Amino acid sequence: MATNLSSRPTTDTFSKTSNFSANNQRRYTIDKIFKAAAWGATIISVVILAWLLLTILMDGLGTLNWNFIQSFPSRKAERAGIIAALMGTLWVMSLVALLTFPVGVGAGLYLEEFAGDNWFTRLVEVNIGNLAGVPSIIYGLLGLAVFVRVLEPITGGRSVLSGAFTVSLLILPVVIVSTREALRAVPNSMRLAGYALGATRWQVIWSHVLPAALPGILTGMILALSRGVGETASLIAVGAAVYISYTPTGLQSQFSAMPIQIYNWIGRPQDEFHSIAASGIIVLMTVLLLMNAIAIYLRNRFQQES
Amino acid sequence: MTANLTSQDIAPGSWTPKRDRAKTVQTIVKIITGSFAAISIFTTIGILLTLIFETFAFFQEIPITQFLTDTRWTPLFSSKQFGIFVLISATVMIAVLSVAVALPLGLLSAICLSEYASPQVRRVLKPVLEILAGVPTVVYGYFALLTVTPFLQLFIPNLQGFNALSAGLVLGVMITPLVASLSEDALHAVPRALKDGAYALGATKRETVVSVVLPAALSGIVSSLILAVSRAVGETMIVTLAAGANPTLGFNPFVPVMTMTAFIVQITAGDAPHGTTAYKTLFAVGMTLFLMTFALNVFSFWFVRRFREKYD
Repeated sequence: MATNLSSRPTTDTFSKTSNFSANNQRRYTIDKIFKAAAWGATIISVVILAWLLLTILMDGLGTLNWNFIQSFPSRKAERAGIIAALMGTLWVMSLVALLTFPVGVGAGLYLEEFAGDNWFTRLVEVNIGNLAGVPSIIYGLLGLAVFVRVLEPITGGRSVLSGAFTVSLLILPVVIVSTREALRAVPNSMRLAGYALGATRWQVIWSHVLPAALPGILTGMILALSRGVGETASLIAVGAAVYISYTPTGLQSQFSAMPIQIYNWIGRPQDEFHSIAASGIIVLMTVLLLMNAIAIYLRNRFQQES
Repeated sequence: MTANLTSQDIAPGSWTPKRDRAKTVQTIVKIITGSFAAISIFTTIGILLTLIFETFAFFQEIPITQFLTDTRWTPLFSSKQFGIFVLISATVMIAVLSVAVALPLGLLSAICLSEYASPQVRRVLKPVLEILAGVPTVVYGYFALLTVTPFLQLFIPNLQGFNALSAGLVLGVMITPLVASLSEDALHAVPRALKDGAYALGATKRETVVSVVLPAALSGIVSSLILAVSRAVGETMIVTLAAGANPTLGFNPFVPVMTMTAFIVQITAGDAPHGTTAYKTLFAVGMTLFLMTFALNVFSFWFVRRFREKYD
């Protein structure tokens, strides 16, 4: 908005100013309404969160007991439990962690420390940005076509392995982006000092940059995994089963997962299943809360050190 | 520091830097990590190839004109009809409903956080938004179906058990944190000098926010909104649980509808044998969904780049 400062006020502007009245009272009133609206919107978000958590606690606490955690799914709601789904989630997420940690950190390392600004890195960067926006159900279709059908001899079809591969691809962009951020936070003087002592790039990274960035990398990793724990749509597409009365026995075993089990219980018409769905949600949210607590603890320790 | 080196230690030939080995290790590490970075590209290629391959097979059975012009979606019935716009209309309606919630809630929360809240209050409110963003979607689905729908039925008696309205509203709550945090970043990036200028001219806080800060941050806000729409279009669990599985053409939010994502869940949750029309339909719908979200994401990136205000 360039204003021509040299132009002199004409009679026209003077006639306008004569019409001008500050009317402060009205402006202040509108200000107050606006402020109230801004606070109102924020409070509504908080209230909705409280409402959501309260409903689930009230619906689910009654049926949450040790039996529920130890039991397998059942046709009768009072005998049904979450152990198969809990173990399924544990299997899948352990595999996901094993797969995404080296691959995600490695890719982030390459983009941040080794590669210069060339066509390959730019392509990967744009690509990661796009992948982060792809709906998870599409990853599910990819998993169904590639891991379940094409690679069936290796994965065993609708198995723990297929599920883990799919979720790994899904959270990989998150891991890569957070790894790069953690690496970027390491002061450059550290690298320069290493080079000055005659170390190669990799020696500097391995001995100094990676240890310094590790808390940040782990924080990002845990947050990415917690996204994977709550992931439902893609696992349904890959074919996580809802009615399994055994815990996974191996990589090619069929599996269920907590969100899938909860989804199945919500979808049933009987109220009893709805309350055990709420119990399942409490277990799921507790797991997520624990993971987030670890991530926050790591982040705080990291911030104190630097 | 005294050096206790004997003459033998520093004699030539007693120590040589192992540069060759270090360099070999580095080259190997570089190749391995580089191939890890390439995995992301293979993922994209994999997604595109599977979608294109199966969609192509689908269109060999069903002509594309039928896909675009049919007014019913009945791929599992004996009289098959494949009107994709039946699913698109439901998806768009729910996305619009969710944005109608997320735009005012998210933007006003962002303004509150960046302009009104004190640092202490911010430190409490930001984690609350982060928690809202981290709640698994299946939990929102539970909330929409078993809490919000009965609640809305108190006011709207002819609201059905499955409906687009409560799915859209809860979806709006789900994407609010996304809008709020991205918009807040954009608002935060507006230089202080601009605000001070407005105050110096006698503007009140609201006038400053509405006529100076918001226009300056507009590109970031709009792009956050487009990203949120893209998220809403691709969201699966809330709409599957709360909006039902009844493909209806039209924009009535009080009746059960079926979105594209809900269809994919319905088919994959049952067993769709490879090679059947149902299996191929899955990928044709997936392709449509992918194209929609991809277009929205690209548009959002383009918008930021095109309309970003630079202050140096």
